[in-house]
Amino acid sequence: MDLKTFKIGGVHPPENKLSAGAPIEAAALPKRAFIHLGQHLGAPAKPIVQKGDKVRVGTLIGAGEGFISAAVHSSVSGTVFAIDAVVDASGYKRPAVIIDVEGDEWEPTIDRSPELKKDISLDKKAIVDRLKEAGIVGLGGATFPAHVKYMVPEGKKVDTLIINAVECEPYLTSDHRVMLERADEVLVGTRILMTALGVERAVIGIEANKPDAIEILSRKAKDHPGITVQALKVQYPQGAEKQLIKAILNREVPSGKLPLDVGCVVNNVGTTVAVYEAVQKNKPLFERIVTLTGKKLPRKANFLVRVGTPITQLIDACGGAPEGTAKFINGGPMMGKAMVNTDIPVTKGTSGVILVDEADARRNAPGACIRCAKCVAACPMGLEPYLIEKQAEYALWEDAEKEDAADCMECGCCQFTCPAARPLLDNIRLAKTTVMRIRRERSKK
Amino acid sequence: MSAMILYPVIMLGAVAGIAAILLFLTAKKFHVEEDPRIDKVAELLPGANCGGCGYPGCRGLAEAIVKAADKGDIGGLSCPPGGSTAMKAIGEVLGMAVAESEPMVAVLRCGGTHEKAPRTLKYDGAPKCVIAHTVFAGEKGCPNGCLGLGDCVTVCAFGAMYMDEKTGLPVIDPAKCVACGACVKACPRKIIEMRPKGRKERRVWVNCVNTEKGAAAMKYCKAACIGCGKCVKECPEKVQAITLQNNLAYIDPKKCIACGKCVLVCPTKAILATFEPPKPKPVEAKPAEAAPATPA
Repeated sequence: MDLKTFKIGGVHPPENKLSAGAPIEAAALPKRAFIHLGQHLGAPAKPIVQKGDKVRVGTLIGAGEGFISAAVHSSVSGTVFAIDAVVDASGYKRPAVIIDVEGDEWEPTIDRSPELKKDISLDKKAIVDRLKEAGIVGLGGATFPAHVKYMVPEGKKVDTLIINAVECEPYLTSDHRVMLERADEVLVGTRILMTALGVERAVIGIEANKPDAIEILSRKAKDHPGITVQALKVQYPQGAEKQLIKAILNREVPSGKLPLDVGCVVNNVGTTVAVYEAVQKNKPLFERIVTLTGKKLPRKANFLVRVGTPITQLIDACGGAPEGTAKFINGGPMMGKAMVNTDIPVTKGTSGVILVDEADARRNAPGACIRCAKCVAACPMGLEPYLIEKQAEYALWEDAEKEDAADCMECGCCQFTCPAARPLLDNIRLAKTTVMRIRRERSKK
Repeated sequence: MSAMILYPVIMLGAVAGIAAILLFLTAKKFHVEEDPRIDKVAELLPGANCGGCGYPGCRGLAEAIVKAADKGDIGGLSCPPGGSTAMKAIGEVLGMAVAESEPMVAVLRCGGTHEKAPRTLKYDGAPKCVIAHTVFAGEKGCPNGCLGLGDCVTVCAFGAMYMDEKTGLPVIDPAKCVACGACVKACPRKIIEMRPKGRKERRVWVNCVNTEKGAAAMKYCKAACIGCGKCVKECPEKVQAITLQNNLAYIDPKKCIACGKCVLVCPTKAILATFEPPKPKPVEAKPAEAAPATPA
């Protein structure tokens, strides 16, 4: 098999895909759902319901505000209890619509039949409008509003759609299960996105540690002209947009540019199913697959969860948090973030929850940098992490800008390889945000 | 024999002479006229190069002051550590009037000690407030409170701050604080405020910046301002120095007369004063004339 990968940097952490064998199962409905209005990148949605309003599954409860924003729909049926601030994965309170669940009544416009609708009747613009109405965002974790991605500006030429089915984060298996169980929807969803972009070619990139997914998608893709499957060497962070483009098309996205500038659009595989459901079944995005895993967790699972379900409920469904659990990670172990408590609700961006025990969660005490340059070798963006860390420590923001601190994608490879356990990423993230703020202020002047 | 000594002396002498003439001519040609006042002004500044004025070091400020003096107004410029004494002396040198500025002091506005706001989480990232602030609400769960990692202490160039291990909060020594404002800039949560020193060092302030509703704030901190408004009512009618906004009281130092009445009514003891507030008049018995009003 011809395995492609990106050329610079990268690491290969232990895969620990413990939940790969667990089929997708529907999680129980919560008693009370906490649906955040800012589940996407960009401006939070504006609430359009009030306390006491009756809502159904799929009712619009938050309207997108501004260009980069997404609509939010109710994931449950019941009565709006309040619109209040609830702690989300950021660790801070953010506005959310709290709904007391009563029954499970869906909006009648949603087609709930299980049959596969293969024929695409909508045209380019209608598809993009549909994505906007349905509040579709990238389900890989960045939650970028999908409709914005598919509004290709005048003058930009796109020739390839890349479907990101890499799932390079250890532990997570939600995309893997989607490919195995919903391969037809993935392919039709891909065709819808190809129509939206007006391209003839789509490549699905899958890492070689998912041979069953490669096999099933390669077989089924034969019925869909233009779609091919590309097996990739296992290497973190291959699921990063720029790295995936380099691996599959051998094109390099220049610093500060977008995939559009090199003629492609990258879309997560989980999103294609959401796109299929939105366009063919008129179903807005209000549920997603969440991996529940952890070395000591009694049962590993991949749940189909309604957005707004408290994570505690999912953990309880897996037999409860085992003793000695030190951290609950929202997302993958490399880029995810420890949660402040487990009452945090699932959002559109929750790809998984990992329960990490004391031994794995502990961060070693940092030692002195010995200039071994392991971080430099590991950085997939070709930066010098040790240097940017020091610049952040001494607040040398102008130097950090020259070292392209703003190009960091926070993959964490540097920190992962550092033998001295230095807090590289913590400081680089600080440098990145500060440099970006300085740039914004400069452009305002 | 003598030629062996004489020739080098003559040769080197000649080279030295030519070099001296060249140096003299270049020095004349490229001479930079520097305002002698800059040196004089710089001498009057403290020389700590703290950057509190916003200029690169004391000389940077001196240059800016002289430049402003040429335009006729040095009003907007000041040296926080030097205070009005330094500015007055500078004004005399430059022959300009300087408005009297009130001496200021940095004040911490968080009462979330270990005791009042117990730590429920453990942060193990890089020990800097700016980084912890982007990650979560803090170990005690207060989204506005002190993170306790001491960014303010690190930047204090005057040794006026230290972390109190017992409370987990920084302590400001008002005697050493020169009001350069470095800590105010360093705090990602804007907890430290620059307030006037007050007459006879009498200051009253709300020791909290939390804007959440009272019930929510009390869940994680017993010393939070709960926005009850008692202090607003207690403040003498003619003074009205306290305003309530976003569930948070704020005492305007310009209006406050430092009577200390609000300190006594605050149910969470979130209002602090630098002096012992006078005890409320006992209702039943009339106190003796020499009521123990603490001398200021």
